[in-house]
Amino acid sequence: MTKKSNTIEISIGSALEYLDLVQTVSDCITGFMGFDEDAAHWIGMSVRESVTNAIQHGNKLDLNKKVDIRFEVSLEQLDVYVGDQGGGFNFDDLPSPLDPENLLKPSGRGIFYIRSFMDLVEFRQLAGGGTEVHMVKKIPSNQGD
Amino acid sequence: MKIETRTVGDVYILDCSGKITLGEGTMAIRNTVRDILKSGGRKIILNLADVNYIDSSGIGELVSSFTTVTNQGGKLKLLNLTKKIQELLQITKLLTVFSVYDDERAAVASF
Repeated sequence: MTKKSNTIEISIGSALEYLDLVQTVSDCITGFMGFDEDAAHWIGMSVRESVTNAIQHGNKLDLNKKVDIRFEVSLEQLDVYVGDQGGGFNFDDLPSPLDPENLLKPSGRGIFYIRSFMDLVEFRQLAGGGTEVHMVKKIPSNQGD
Repeated sequence: MKIETRTVGDVYILDCSGKITLGEGTMAIRNTVRDILKSGGRKIILNLADVNYIDSSGIGELVSSFTTVTNQGGKLKLLNLTKKIQELLQITKLLTVFSVYDDERAAVASF
């Protein structure tokens, strides 16, 4: 891998059929970067969950709206950005799936899992509308030498 | 996602394999559990040994099936969790909700 960071970008329509494709790209990138099998699995799941949210909750399965996924690869870490063209949501006020009243709810765990498995997760409203999630996974210091 | 259903006495064992993800996988479990309840079955075991991938919707479907079966007076238990499913259930405190077994005979005998 070169010292300079590399960027891989994918733009998909809002259809769940693309989830496997995006996850396969993620798996290729994390394999290339040398993440171990467990870390690669959880990164792939985090990417899949964030793209699912963008398609389903952000763009509400509107095929005319795109989801943009950008992987930025460097020697130190992987940055993943997932942006949708939806109406946005209040990401500061998400109910915790661990609260007793939410424990048996069928949904509401995706972002919790992303936050559990990635080193940094932040959301922002995009200027033209929509929401972007930025996730970071650092390469352990004993890897990537 | 593939489900093969077999019975041991009055216990239904669902051997699940493949991916339990949003859409096809979650619907397969939902429909199979619904059909068992319709036919009068109330003791269900989900054998997850060969599930190689699950997402948050899949975990949600396990919870949903559990509450559906419980609300109809039945019991749904989990058998042979993979390490990754176990971790996903653990960090969302769901291991405290489900009865989990790694031995089929013990799971069947537990009803």
